[in-house]
Amino acid sequence: MHTILEKKQFSEEVFYMKVTAPEIARNRKAGQFVLVQIDIDYGERIPLTIADANAEEGWIALVFQTVGATTHKLALKNPGDTIEAILGPLGKPTHISKVGTVVCVGGGIGVAPLYPIVQAYKQAGNRVIVIIGARTKDLVIFEDEMKAAADEVIVMTDDGSYGRKGLVTEPLKEECEKTPKPDEVVVIGPPVMMKFCAATTKPYGIHTLASLNTIMIDGTGMCGGCRVTIGGKTKFVCVDGPEFDAHQVDFDNMIMRMKAYKDREDMEHHKCHVLMQAEKLGDKDATSAGAGK
Amino acid sequence: MSHKTESELKEEAEALWADLKGKDLTVKERLAIPPQEMPARDPLKRAREMGEVALGYSEAQTQVEAARCLGCKNRPCVAGCPVSVPIPEFIACIQKGDYKQAIDTIKTTNLLPAICGRVCPQEKQCQSQCTVGKSLKDMEKAVAIGRLERYVADWEREHNKITQPEIAPATGKKVAVIGSGPAGLTVAADVRRNGHEVTVFEAFHKTGGVMVYGIPEFRLPKAIVAKEVDNLKKMGVSFRTNFLVGRTETIEELLDRENFDAVFIGTGAGLPKFLNIEGENLIGVFSANEYLTRANLMKAYDTERAATPLYPAKTVAVVGGGNVAMDAARMALRLGAEKVYCIYRRTRAEMPARREEVVHAEEEGVDFLYLRNPTRVLGGEDGKVTAIELLEYELGEPDASGRRSPVEKPGTEYQIPVDAVIVALGNESNPLMAATTAGLEVTKRGNIVVDENQKTSLKKVWAGGDIVLGAATVILAMGEGRIAAANINRFLAGE
Repeated sequence: MHTILEKKQFSEEVFYMKVTAPEIARNRKAGQFVLVQIDIDYGERIPLTIADANAEEGWIALVFQTVGATTHKLALKNPGDTIEAILGPLGKPTHISKVGTVVCVGGGIGVAPLYPIVQAYKQAGNRVIVIIGARTKDLVIFEDEMKAAADEVIVMTDDGSYGRKGLVTEPLKEECEKTPKPDEVVVIGPPVMMKFCAATTKPYGIHTLASLNTIMIDGTGMCGGCRVTIGGKTKFVCVDGPEFDAHQVDFDNMIMRMKAYKDREDMEHHKCHVLMQAEKLGDKDATSAGAGK
Repeated sequence: MSHKTESELKEEAEALWADLKGKDLTVKERLAIPPQEMPARDPLKRAREMGEVALGYSEAQTQVEAARCLGCKNRPCVAGCPVSVPIPEFIACIQKGDYKQAIDTIKTTNLLPAICGRVCPQEKQCQSQCTVGKSLKDMEKAVAIGRLERYVADWEREHNKITQPEIAPATGKKVAVIGSGPAGLTVAADVRRNGHEVTVFEAFHKTGGVMVYGIPEFRLPKAIVAKEVDNLKKMGVSFRTNFLVGRTETIEELLDRENFDAVFIGTGAGLPKFLNIEGENLIGVFSANEYLTRANLMKAYDTERAATPLYPAKTVAVVGGGNVAMDAARMALRLGAEKVYCIYRRTRAEMPARREEVVHAEEEGVDFLYLRNPTRVLGGEDGKVTAIELLEYELGEPDASGRRSPVEKPGTEYQIPVDAVIVALGNESNPLMAATTAGLEVTKRGNIVVDENQKTSLKKVWAGGDIVLGAATVILAMGEGRIAAANINRFLAGE
């Protein structure tokens, strides 16, 4: 059991939670993730990246967006409530070394898992430039933390409501054109964003890492539900990744595979949205009736 | 196809038993008793339900079947059992009607009889050595040892007659068991009995390994596995689920930081093999591990309550001929498929699956396509599987293993429309343990290297089961666990 210590709502759909997990907090490294299950009997196991951790205090921080049944139910929990199971840390840690200048690009809630990576690159003695992308101002997260951790932070919004208007690939291209060009690029965000970031850096021959966020079940390498094609070979994101050479990733296949359960997810999303609205209105009857569906 | 109902079999056995009861039977008379058929649910109904297919013997059937045992002095059946269950002795107890004594006799060497009685390939083990089968020149007529074992194990559970094994006084020594599958559970029990403190680490949220995520409910009810784990808890064994050794903590940390005195690795062979053909990463292609984990462990079949989604498919192709392929094919029917093909490179005779499972799959309507192998999977614009292309094969010369090897017939490709493909080609060792444990010696295939005592290359670390053997059976894993536990006990006693 893991107790929720703190909860913050970043935007309508994005939540931050600090939860007790002493062993994970002690052993996690930048780039790793956990699998969260809020109901042992019938719950699903969902992968969430570790956004922050404190080994002494024994907690990890998770940032998630309400996209389906489980994330909606998680969002309804409050400090003092518990999460039944968290497995981790999973995946290979980011390979961090002193390379020179590193550009870290985060889109949407991908900015959260990018944060420990930025910290680690900085600690290793790199110059770190962070590019944050969001649809609109309200969805920009971790900006202050990034400013404290990195040498430079560029914020982009699709609608221009905050920072620069446009996509993350614009400042990324500008950085690539500078002399000297960046030595390494790391991108975490929606698959389409990662695909275009990879396409941006490729002509410049800059080593680019993408942290992939596929469908997962066990997260320990035993099912292959998370498999992706990397340089023509099948790899498992949960054990071989989650980070891969972005120039080798078959993003189109990955994006396609992520839609496998789309019909079911859309239905759940709709149902859960209704549920959350009901919760907000304090209509507990509607909530429990919905939860018992 | 004749399907005798449970009550028909029960009545036949009762009539026979009325004749045999109390008689001092000669060997000839015992050999003349007809083997008792296992009652099973109606094939067409059961193919749509998750309930257990084999219903277990009635008491009269158990008595009649037990009466077939000759009680051979040289006990060839015992030699065929990987954990040397005293078979003639426990059957003699059944013959006397003392089921409690029978189960206690089994439990001197086998702690999971309700499970082994269900999933062991007895026809390749104990029953393959049976004198009765040999005398009748038909090994299918061997004494049904597995079914008798199952009967007394179920009897014990259903009558609440479980006796807690005696536990030696606490030694203060701590043993970590990694993995809660058959090997790990065996080690946990054997080591705990010697008074050591035992903690079992399990990566999943439920204990039992392949017995909960792999073998379906219709072959092995999960309540039975849970009961076995409960018994271990009552013996004082602790379980830590959601703990992935290698990541949550390494073996080194368990030994140094958590002060364990010995470690047993029983992490199994959980890395699925794929075909490496075109279209394998289309939507609707699954490893059998994923398909069965969703259905068994995550209960995705319960669409009302389970959050884990299931991929809807009306026509399913399962590739492979082992028990896992049978489980996946039969599961697909239960999950709503209208047509299920099982595609195998060789013929029915070479199939590695248990005969009983093949027969059950056939009865339930699985369509077997022998001497075929997929060449590619085809999909639509949305990336979803639409068809599988197969190539015909013929049998060639026997290979090193003695099985006739399949030889492809070029130019015979054809396609069949399917919505999903399940790849059940077997498993390899999960590389995580070797990758996160310095100095742990493994083979090229990733199996942990052990000596005759199941001892690994590392101090204080033993291993057994599929992580050593490659994908094998529940009972072989238990056999290795038994040896490892004995050596851990000797090591901790300072011998």
